[in-house]
Amino acid sequence: MWNLDELPPRGTVYGTLLNYRSTLDALGDQVHAAPYKAAPQAPILYIKPRNTLVGHGDPIRVPVDAPELEMGATLGVVIGRTACRVSADHAMDHVAGYTIMNDVSVPHASFYRPSMRFKCRDSFCPIGPVIVPRQTVANPDALNISVAVDGVVLQTCTTADLIRSVGQLIADITEFMTLHPGDVLSVGVAAGSPRARVGQRACITIDGIGQLDNILIAEETP
Amino acid sequence: MKRARVAYGGAIHEACEHPDGLLLADGRVVAEDAVQWLPPFEVGTIIALGLNYADHVKELSKELTVSAQDEPLAFLKSAGSLIGHRAQTRRPDGVAFMHYECELAVVIGRTARKVAREEAIQYVAGYTVANDYAIRDYLENYYRPNLRVKNRDGCTVLGPWLVDAADVPDPHALALRTLVNGVVTQQGNTRDLISDIPALIEYLSSFMTLSPGDVILTGTPDGVVNVNVGDEVITEIDGIGRLVNTLVGDAVFHR
Repeated sequence: MWNLDELPPRGTVYGTLLNYRSTLDALGDQVHAAPYKAAPQAPILYIKPRNTLVGHGDPIRVPVDAPELEMGATLGVVIGRTACRVSADHAMDHVAGYTIMNDVSVPHASFYRPSMRFKCRDSFCPIGPVIVPRQTVANPDALNISVAVDGVVLQTCTTADLIRSVGQLIADITEFMTLHPGDVLSVGVAAGSPRARVGQRACITIDGIGQLDNILIAEETP
Repeated sequence: MKRARVAYGGAIHEACEHPDGLLLADGRVVAEDAVQWLPPFEVGTIIALGLNYADHVKELSKELTVSAQDEPLAFLKSAGSLIGHRAQTRRPDGVAFMHYECELAVVIGRTARKVAREEAIQYVAGYTVANDYAIRDYLENYYRPNLRVKNRDGCTVLGPWLVDAADVPDPHALALRTLVNGVVTQQGNTRDLISDIPALIEYLSSFMTLSPGDVILTGTPDGVVNVNVGDEVITEIDGIGRLVNTLVGDAVFHR
């Protein structure tokens, strides 16, 4: 069983692309044109590698060549039991709990083949402050999320707007790959992630989960 | 020195070569087929390169939307996709194009951050062989190559040995090849890497800290062809290792 006290997680942290209706709407007809040529079919995932993982209160390091970063607020689903080919109805049996993730990105327009430089830099995935046990969250598909920069709320969204619900996402992913205890799955980031700069504080709140707070500093700050 | 990690007798062991098979760290000598071969080290972040051999770029050029390359095409895989030497990989029933990719895997041995090209090779612990399978039926044009193509269970084959960097005087002069049922289907040489090993370490460490156990799969040359259930696929690099894998169908996995 997954240790609920262990953050950052020991497993792999996965991001999910285009799982909010708002993000697909923002692409509009572009999905049918080059380079995409079709709307997404299966879940589109990416990996936030271990060098990106930091905790609540740790600084986000802002690269010199990318002064504004997107604060990608998302619910992190922590896997507690090996999940291979699980149905949506049984997916929750494999979830240990929930946490908050800030899936930080250098702003980029294309989802075709983005450079790792946009999402994989050191400190680009604050996660925490705690893992809330699954049993204490009544419905992960109806959680309000808000993002504040320097105390001003710049974005609100809800997991009710997910294209694939938490259970459906786990089902569709585990059809082609196994999720392991300690893995964390982000349900996706809504359109319009606020941007923040050096010296600012990003604060993500998810009802019933908590608040993840990180300040942005210059990359080379000792 | 060449080291393997194997499961034998209810435990995991470090093992090295022996005339009669494998010498376990505890002194036992066992046959090569009496153990379960695991990936030869504790694997951290797995970084894979696309289109890093000029001939392979040419092979794929008709389907590439973007041809100009201003930085290496790197993507990530997860440890969940790993398996070792002499294992079985599932080929889903009904897919049309599943192919192997023989690749030199570079294992990081020291924490690397903003490393200059001239110093980069000092950060390499050693080398092993990777077979980075892909199922192209599942290719979608978002975050290419998407994980459904590249990150399936058992689709990152790694091993058999971790060969110390000191024993590989020139990692840019290694012949590599793939054999399907004994027939050579892919051949190349690491001298033809577009981004060589120092360039990759310099590039990656310029924006992310690399840690011991992180591994860079340096890309594959021309010659990827479809493989089928029952095929024995051997990816081989001279001086590094000969990595054997067998494809099995859905029935083995009760699908």
